[in-house]
Amino acid sequence: MTDIVAPLDEAGVEATIRAAIADQAPLAIRGSGTRSGLGRPAQAARTLTTERLSGITLLEPSELVVSAKAGTPVAEVEAALAEKGQRLAFEPFDHRALYGTEGEPTIGGLVAANASGPRRVIAGAARDALIGVRLTTGRGETIRSGGRVMKNVTGYDIVKLAAGSHGTIGVITEATFKTLPLTESETTLVLEGLDDDAGVAALCAAMGSPFEVTGAAHLPARDGAAARTCLRLENFESQLRYRSAALVKLLRHSGEVTTLDVEPSRALWRQVGEAATLLGDRSRAVWRVSVAPTRAPGIVTALGPLVAAHFYDWSGGLIWIAVEPSDDAGAGAIRPVVAEARGHATLIRASAAIRAAVDVFEPQAQTLARLTQAVTASFDPAGVLNPGRMHAPRS
Amino acid sequence: MTGIAMPSPDPLILARRDQIVAALRELVPGEGVISSIDERRAFETDALTAYRRMPLAVVLPSTTEQVAKVLAYLNREGVPIVPRGAGTSLAGGALPQEDAVVVGVSKMAKVLDVDLPNRTIRVQTGITNLGVSGAIAHEGFFYAPDPSSQLACTVAGNIAMNSGGAHCLKYGVTTNNLMGVTFVTMTGEIVEIGGDAMDPGGLDLLGIICGSEGQFGMVTEATLRILPMAEGARPILFGFRSSEAAGAAVAAVLGAGIVPVAIEFMDKLAIDICEDFAHAGYPRDVGAMLIVEVEGAPHEIDEQLARIGEIATEHGATYSRQAKTPAEAAAIWKGRKSAFGAMGRISDYICMDGTIPTGRLPEVLHRITEICDAAGLQVANIFHAGDGNLHPLVLYDMNDPVSLAKAEEAGDEILRACVEVGGCLTGEHGVGIEKRELMTVQFTHPELAQMMRVKEAFDPNWLMNPSKVFPLGLRQQMRQAAA
Repeated sequence: MTDIVAPLDEAGVEATIRAAIADQAPLAIRGSGTRSGLGRPAQAARTLTTERLSGITLLEPSELVVSAKAGTPVAEVEAALAEKGQRLAFEPFDHRALYGTEGEPTIGGLVAANASGPRRVIAGAARDALIGVRLTTGRGETIRSGGRVMKNVTGYDIVKLAAGSHGTIGVITEATFKTLPLTESETTLVLEGLDDDAGVAALCAAMGSPFEVTGAAHLPARDGAAARTCLRLENFESQLRYRSAALVKLLRHSGEVTTLDVEPSRALWRQVGEAATLLGDRSRAVWRVSVAPTRAPGIVTALGPLVAAHFYDWSGGLIWIAVEPSDDAGAGAIRPVVAEARGHATLIRASAAIRAAVDVFEPQAQTLARLTQAVTASFDPAGVLNPGRMHAPRS
Repeated sequence: MTGIAMPSPDPLILARRDQIVAALRELVPGEGVISSIDERRAFETDALTAYRRMPLAVVLPSTTEQVAKVLAYLNREGVPIVPRGAGTSLAGGALPQEDAVVVGVSKMAKVLDVDLPNRTIRVQTGITNLGVSGAIAHEGFFYAPDPSSQLACTVAGNIAMNSGGAHCLKYGVTTNNLMGVTFVTMTGEIVEIGGDAMDPGGLDLLGIICGSEGQFGMVTEATLRILPMAEGARPILFGFRSSEAAGAAVAAVLGAGIVPVAIEFMDKLAIDICEDFAHAGYPRDVGAMLIVEVEGAPHEIDEQLARIGEIATEHGATYSRQAKTPAEAAAIWKGRKSAFGAMGRISDYICMDGTIPTGRLPEVLHRITEICDAAGLQVANIFHAGDGNLHPLVLYDMNDPVSLAKAEEAGDEILRACVEVGGCLTGEHGVGIEKRELMTVQFTHPELAQMMRVKEAFDPNWLMNPSKVFPLGLRQQMRQAAA
């Protein structure tokens, strides 16, 4: 993978893909590569990076919309929005701490990984905020789906398909998001000492209240520190006072509540959002399990001592699990337990060799696998875009 | 209003009608197969009532397994299928064709599971939209997408069309509230896509099935996100001298960091017609009106409405009325909610559904007026202003074919103008047959060809709701180009 192509525009992306088809030389697709450890290693001869397709192309605060080319740093978009008092509500997830990578995560990579942070639990995922894409398909044709308006049902929603497609249906060249206003202030309520079941139950109770909790995480006891069950509120100052008091009342049977001010609250959610520091040593393999919140603690219990560290985000609907290094990163034990709980496990961090040998994404039943293959092939019939990135090629 | 063509029926299928009906009766015993002409008539149209086609037969299965058997059989036999929820599509999305079997979900309308801690509900898709919220209201929860046909329309239809509603500014549309489905493929396989977990990973097939206008297969069960109700909600009504001033106020509210649950706009003609009908107490001496609704605890509502009021005043609001009681709130909404009915009382109309960038509102309103003036037609504008979704109602006389043709032409021109300013043909009603031929205005040939290939990935024989979304003839063209 020495051969890296960095097109300057869509025409360059199209030409690179056409050449890959002609040469039968598949491409690995990436932005700045901060998330390259995510997915199976692609079977590719060359790498296409969108890093040089850069720049914000539309910023219209009164319409709650922003567009940027794929290689634009997420930080640049967030800074431009912040200047106008807005933000990406799904709280982009930054994989750098997990992988120890450097460089600036790009908009294209963010979309391709559908990478959302703690606020996803109430505000929806990256895919929900995404309202338009430009995408160069595996035929070397650039197509648009969606647009710049937030209500649009004209034609199939290829936008949603592109989010989380990890470069397998096309190279995202530009993305448009719905934005939301920044909130005036934030605070976090913390319950101490709850076990996983009680912690997740408290999170679910809070999410079922009308107080618009924008972060709901349970961090189990670790290194002598007590477990913390954390609930974030963001809004106008006066609303925060009222809603904090209302939540404290709601949770009075779960224990004593302490309150974090703005800065400690921000620091806490940065930590939750990055995941890495809560999961211990970099040598550990990391899994991300998506499951209905109330079934989450049961998964951790069933896995027993295999779990080296873990915590819950999204009201319990997202479990981060770290396991000590092994030949299969614990897949043999984790897959059946998660499947039993009707969850989905993704192997987020492991060596390339392990990610080539075990399924990274939840294995699909036969019909689902067939549909996934057929849809992917409709965009990339020659299989030149990130082949094998999401699922092992079927023999 | 019969300007939109449908393909001529396949005589070979028509000739096999008895045989097909007999086979369907084997698969769906009892009352599930409707074949008499009188009973089939109830299914010959949807809410685009000017278009009618008598289907070959109607099947109303009671289980997912029956749906699977029916699809597999019809697919094997090469018989087109038109899926149907409640038939409330304004775009002709459920219009049958003579050589097609209508497969309806109306006998599958149960709530299967309510899971409050995980905030989900599992339903059969024949349940009505309002039925979902009805099942959980006593627990303080609701299902957010609220299309105005919610009393009748089904979750199946909502998923097919990715339906919106007045409150999607805050809560999103169907795709943002759909977590999983039971999907029946054309070959009769039953597959679970998604579930009750967030962002499971894997290619987001759920995301493309939602909004596919029933062209991929059938969805028989769904897991939906439910939300806790706000402590309260209250609307405020503002009058402005002009539509432009009202439009500027909308932009200023959103720009100031306030996202209300709904912002509805009505112009002068719409106000007059609604007021004549509903006596909602709307101001008569204004050029345009906004209804803005916010949610929260009483004092939170006070605070937000105060901020919104300041902004509206700065932008020249000449009238404002805040609802102080639930009865006053209901009165404010009464006129808006009865708008389509009120309009229908005084004239026939076609309801457009384009979306535009909200900043282009004044010029698009101006353009709509020009287009309709030139055609000698009246137009009333009602729309979801926060998200730019326009519903211009172009008035015409059903008994005058010339007036109808002019209205359809003016409608097309309005939609072209929406696309021109960076918007789209349809914000929430769907393409159906109505906007099928206009798709080439918004999309390039490669874009349409890619969408058609996605359909073929699910439905290689092109049997599922086949005459919708894409211009007739385009598939033939694509085939020839590929050959």
